Amino acid sequence: MGAFIWLTVLTAFRILFRNRMRAGLTMLGIIIGVGAVIAMVSIGHGAKAVVQAQVASMGTNVIIVLPGATTVGGVRGSQGSGVTLTLSDALELKKRVPLLSETGWSKRDVMQIVYGNKNWNTPVNGISPSYLTIRDWSYSSGGPFTQADMEAGARVALIGQTVVENLYDVGEEPVGSVIRIKNVPFRVIGVLAPKGQSAQGSDQDDIIFIPFSTAERKVLGTQFLGSVGALFASTDHPDDLPAAVEGIREVLRARHRLQPEQQDDFTIRTQVDIGLVQEGTSQTLTLMMFSVASISLLVGGIGIMNILLVSVTERTREIGVRMAVGAKRRHILMQFLIEAMTLSLVGGLLGIVFGVIGAQITTVVAGWPTIISAESILVAFFFSLAVGLFFGLYPANKASRLNPIEALRYE
Amino acid sequence: MGALIHCQDLWKVYRLGDIGVQALRGVSLSIERGGFVAIMGASGSGKSTLMNILGCLDQPTRGTYLLDGLDIGKAGRDELAEIRNLKIGFVFQSFNLIPRTSALENAQLPLFYRGVPLRQQRERAAAALARVGLSGREHHAPAQLSGGQQQRVAIARALVSQPSILLADEPTGNLDTESSREIMGILDSLNRDDGITIILVTHEQDIAHYAARQIVVKDGQIQSDRSGEPAPIGGH
Repeated sequence: MGAFIWLTVLTAFRILFRNRMRAGLTMLGIIIGVGAVIAMVSIGHGAKAVVQAQVASMGTNVIIVLPGATTVGGVRGSQGSGVTLTLSDALELKKRVPLLSETGWSKRDVMQIVYGNKNWNTPVNGISPSYLTIRDWSYSSGGPFTQADMEAGARVALIGQTVVENLYDVGEEPVGSVIRIKNVPFRVIGVLAPKGQSAQGSDQDDIIFIPFSTAERKVLGTQFLGSVGALFASTDHPDDLPAAVEGIREVLRARHRLQPEQQDDFTIRTQVDIGLVQEGTSQTLTLMMFSVASISLLVGGIGIMNILLVSVTERTREIGVRMAVGAKRRHILMQFLIEAMTLSLVGGLLGIVFGVIGAQITTVVAGWPTIISAESILVAFFFSLAVGLFFGLYPANKASRLNPIEALRYE
Repeated sequence: MGALIHCQDLWKVYRLGDIGVQALRGVSLSIERGGFVAIMGASGSGKSTLMNILGCLDQPTRGTYLLDGLDIGKAGRDELAEIRNLKIGFVFQSFNLIPRTSALENAQLPLFYRGVPLRQQRERAAAALARVGLSGREHHAPAQLSGGQQQRVAIARALVSQPSILLADEPTGNLDTESSREIMGILDSLNRDDGITIILVTHEQDIAHYAARQIVVKDGQIQSDRSGEPAPIGGH
C-alpha cells in the first residue's frame, strides 16, 4: 500500500504539472480563500496585539471611578463634572474593600508649563504616589516621588516624553531642571518611560505628574478641600475585578447616602469594559473573515469537483484499463481523492505564500502591524486538505463505480 | 488436474429496456493449460461477451465458469479484480496504454496494483519489455512509439504479472501487415517457448491460423470447434 500511495501522489503531481494552466485556474478559489484568511488573520492579530498593548499600558487590573454629572437647575453637566468623590472615599475604599490591593486618586487640569524660553500646554495631574503603581508607570530616568513628598507638599514633578520633546533640546537631561507651572517652580525628578497611544487614541506621554497635595494647594486650586477628579484602584487578579467593582459601588453608595431608587453619582470602569469594546470589533472582523474564507473555499472546492468530473470523463478508458489489470474500487477511489487533495493542497500552500506576502505588503505599504501565526498557517493547510477530500469524494466515487467493460469501450 | 478453463452451459442475458438480449446461449468449453485458442465470429455473434466473461470482466447470467478451479460466477467485484490481476493478461485492439506515461510504468501497472515493492516492479517490467524486444525504450511515452511497439508494450504489461492466460482481443486490428506479423510472432513464441496459454479473439482467418484450435461463435453458441496444425510462422 505504501508504494501505491507514493506512486499515486507522484502521478497526481505529474498530472497537475502537465495541466498547470487548468490546475492553476482550478486552484484559484483555494488560493484566494486561503491567502485572504492568512493575510486577514495576521492583520487582525497585529491590530489585536496593538490594542492589547494599549489596554495593558493603562496598568493591569485597573478600576477607574469617575464622579457623576452635576445637575444645576435641570441642566446636566458632562460626566465627571461633579465633585462627588473625595480623597477620604479612596482611603475608605482601601479599608473596606479587601480585594483592592491599591487605591489612588488624581485631579487634573491643562496648564501652561514654562522651561527656559519655551512653553507647552499639557494636562497637569495631581496624584497620590499609589497612582503611579496602579497605572504601572516606569521611568526612563529619575524616579517617582514618595509619600513624604506628598505629605510635605513638595514641588517636584514627573514629566512625560512628549513634554520633554517640546520643552527640552535634544540631548538635554530634564532630571534636576526646574520648570514653572502656573509660575510655581517645580524640580523635575523623573522622566516617564513612553507608553504611546491609549486605547482611545490620546497621547499618554503628554503629561505631568505632581503630588496631589501640592496640586491642590498651589496649582489647581479646589472648590472643596479633598475633592478628587478620579479614583483609581487595582486588584491582584483580573478575576477579582467584578467583585471589587461591586464592593466599591456599595461603599460609595453608602458613603454618599444614596437611596435605593437613586442612581449612582459616580461611574466605575475597568479595563475589562474597554477591552470588551475592542473584542467586539475584532469579533466582527473575525466573523467577516470567516465568511469570506468559507465562501471562497466553497467556490474553490466546487471548482476542484468540477475539474475532477471532467478528468474522470476524459480518462474513462484509463480507468477501464486500470480496472482490467486489477485495480480494485478503493485503488481508483484513492487515486482520484489523492489528485483532488493534491490540487487543493498545492492551492492551499500557494495561498499561504500569497497571504504571507500580502501581510508583509500591508505592513510596508499601509504601516499596519501584522503577526503571522503558525496556527493560522496550520489551520489553512488542513482546511485546504479537507476541502480536497470533501469535494473529491463525489468524482472519485463516480470513477470507482465505473463498469470496466463500458469504461474500456468508451470513446 | 483439470483444464485451465472450464465453462459449462454459459448464458448471458442483457436487459435493454423491456427486451432481454441473449448474448450467450449455452456455451460449454474447456481450454487446457498451454493452449493457443482463437475465438472467431462476426460482430454481434457473442464472441466479445464470451471474451469478457473469460477475462473475468463480466459474469455469466447462468452456468459455471471455473478458472484454475475458481468459480468466477460467485466472485464479487473486488475479487474479480484480484483474479484478473493474478491470472489474466489483456492485450486490446487499441493498445489501451495510459497516455503520457512511460513504457516501463505502463508495463508495471499490474504489479503496482498487486502491491509489489517498487524496485521489483521496475525490474520485472524491464524484463517483460526486454522479452518483447523493447529494451532501451523503457522511458518512451506511448505517443513516441509506433503502433507495433505500443502493442508490444501492451503485451509486456500482460506478461509482467505471469498470468495463467493471455487474452488478446483483436491484437492486430489496428496494425499494418508487417507489425501484425511481428505481434503474432511474439504471441506464438510466448505460447511455444514460455508455455503461456493464449486466447485470441479475431475475425481474420489468417490471424486465427496461428492458433492450434479455432472456435467459431455464432448467435451466442459455439458453431464449430476444431483443432488443426497451426500454420507455420509467417505462413498463410
